[in-house]
Amino acid sequence: MRAPTSALSVVEPSDLAKWIAGTLVVAYAVITMIPLLWIFATGFKTPDDSISYPPKIFFTPSIEGYCNLFTTRSRQTADYINALPSPTSACDRIARGRNMVVAGPSNYVPRFTNSLIIAFSSTFLSVFLGVLAAYGFSRFKVPMADDLLFFILSTRMMPPIAVAIPIYLMYRNLGLTDTKLGMILLYTAVNISLSVWLLKGFMDEIPREYEDAAMVDGYTRLQAFWKVVLPQATTGIAATAIFCLIFAWNEYAFAVLLTSSVAQTTPPFIPFIIGEGGQDWPAVAAGTTLFLIPVLVFTVLLRKHLLRGITFGAVRK
Amino acid sequence: MTNVIEQAAAATPAKTAAYIRGLSDRAIAWLFITPAILLLLAINIFPLIWTIYLSFTNYKANRSGALIQSVGLDHYTDILTDPDIWNGMQVTARFVVSTIAIETLLGFGLAYLIDRKFRGHAFWTTIILIPMMLSPAVVGNFWTFLYQPQSGLFTYIIGFLAGVSPSSIQMIGDVKLAPWSIVIVDVWMWTPYVMLICLAGLRSIPSYIYEAAEVDRASPLRQFFTITVPMALPFIMLAVLFRGIENFKMFDMINLLTNGGPGSLTEVVSITLKREAFEKWRTGYSSAFAVILFVSVFGLANIYVKALNKVKQR
Repeated sequence: MRAPTSALSVVEPSDLAKWIAGTLVVAYAVITMIPLLWIFATGFKTPDDSISYPPKIFFTPSIEGYCNLFTTRSRQTADYINALPSPTSACDRIARGRNMVVAGPSNYVPRFTNSLIIAFSSTFLSVFLGVLAAYGFSRFKVPMADDLLFFILSTRMMPPIAVAIPIYLMYRNLGLTDTKLGMILLYTAVNISLSVWLLKGFMDEIPREYEDAAMVDGYTRLQAFWKVVLPQATTGIAATAIFCLIFAWNEYAFAVLLTSSVAQTTPPFIPFIIGEGGQDWPAVAAGTTLFLIPVLVFTVLLRKHLLRGITFGAVRK
Repeated sequence: MTNVIEQAAAATPAKTAAYIRGLSDRAIAWLFITPAILLLLAINIFPLIWTIYLSFTNYKANRSGALIQSVGLDHYTDILTDPDIWNGMQVTARFVVSTIAIETLLGFGLAYLIDRKFRGHAFWTTIILIPMMLSPAVVGNFWTFLYQPQSGLFTYIIGFLAGVSPSSIQMIGDVKLAPWSIVIVDVWMWTPYVMLICLAGLRSIPSYIYEAAEVDRASPLRQFFTITVPMALPFIMLAVLFRGIENFKMFDMINLLTNGGPGSLTEVVSITLKREAFEKWRTGYSSAFAVILFVSVFGLANIYVKALNKVKQR
């Protein structure tokens, strides 16, 4: 329903104001996108092109960065390489051009898989526990509800390194250091605050009358929760899940301190993609690009709920 | 009404069914809330209590066999009189204040422009929001690439604009520039965050207020300072609160960008804490530091929230 526009409607900005505002905003957006576009482009450069001076905007694309990201290579003598049968893959050919042979797969895929497993499992757990707790807080008179909710939120204010000190000791005693289970539990605990606060907001918006009507029809409280409230809350649950997923996906401090090889996720791994003589920037850029793409997709999906998510439900539009 | 529920009811043993139906609302409330609270107790509160205990001891995590001795309040007095710690506090304070100042001005400005509702504003808003969703660690890492002394894109552009040789610009290594290098990345990443909250504030102002002001012939400048800014203020303060807490505990981006260097010029408290706890392994000492940090964040946030509520009530 639109408000009737009268001659008095002075709120609409003039065309000139809109044009100026649009130009400035687009300029800002384009400038802030340059670093990301540069990283994307660097993934397709050769190591030499990536550090050339002046920086190369136009270059011949190469898949060497992606090859180096997914493989490890070893240097060999020209005689040894000449004696080999002809290369079986493009990556093999590129490596031989640099007097190297592909020695095996790199650790990128296992690290990426760890990220997927840890992020999805912890998201599932924190949303599951969050849905229950949020329903409890939203629908029932819980004694000291405000204190409990504030307590839940305050766990998020602690600096991660401060939390990591006792967690490190605790995990060492429990044998959870460098395990996926340990990281899943930790990320679940960190994300519960967000998931309870967001989901409580979403559930507060579902009218109680729906459940009351269902219970009059003979549903028990649990059935009403399962059959009436949950379906109504699907959008909220999905948005909350994506927020938890992004947090767990991006997390670095705990990952770098508590994991080393078995359970290491992608963020602590990417900076250590080393080539000959320092960081192999095309490979780092390739790894970064692949790591960021899921988040880009999720950001677009989430755009209507972003505000709510980043303010813990304090601002709902 | 023959449906799944009845089938399920019929299939459930009578005893269990009676038990489930008999669950009072209060029982369900506790049943639902307890698991979340238990997990938080195990992973947040128990470790916190442990940290408090360790902060009074000389425990070192790399010598776990050694006898744990109580040192009383020694760690706390040491920390509060240690010039290095105060240096870290100052670095953090400068980082927090400068990032918040720039992000608030830029973010509010952007929100104000986007609120002019030009064509395609929704699309460009989404584009602008992208940096804040990325992993701070990965962002810090790839900015070191953009900051490379000669080949880095950032140094090249700045050198080009300022007319100096890009090989002379050392964003991360230079004493004057290093503190700005972390501020620039933080601003790049988090201005959208402030913008989004400010935008919500601007959109919450009902248009009839502006119409009334127009009828009263208030100038646009006056409208901006008597309507727009005061009414958006609670939102701006909320953004400042969240950014303040987040940047106070900032670790990942700085760890990968400068790791506190050069010297300790960008060594924010989280980096100091990591050094003490996981490089020097002074677990007792760093526990005391962690407790001090937690109390500071908590105290500041509480004061700030009270101020925020006052503004909201106006």
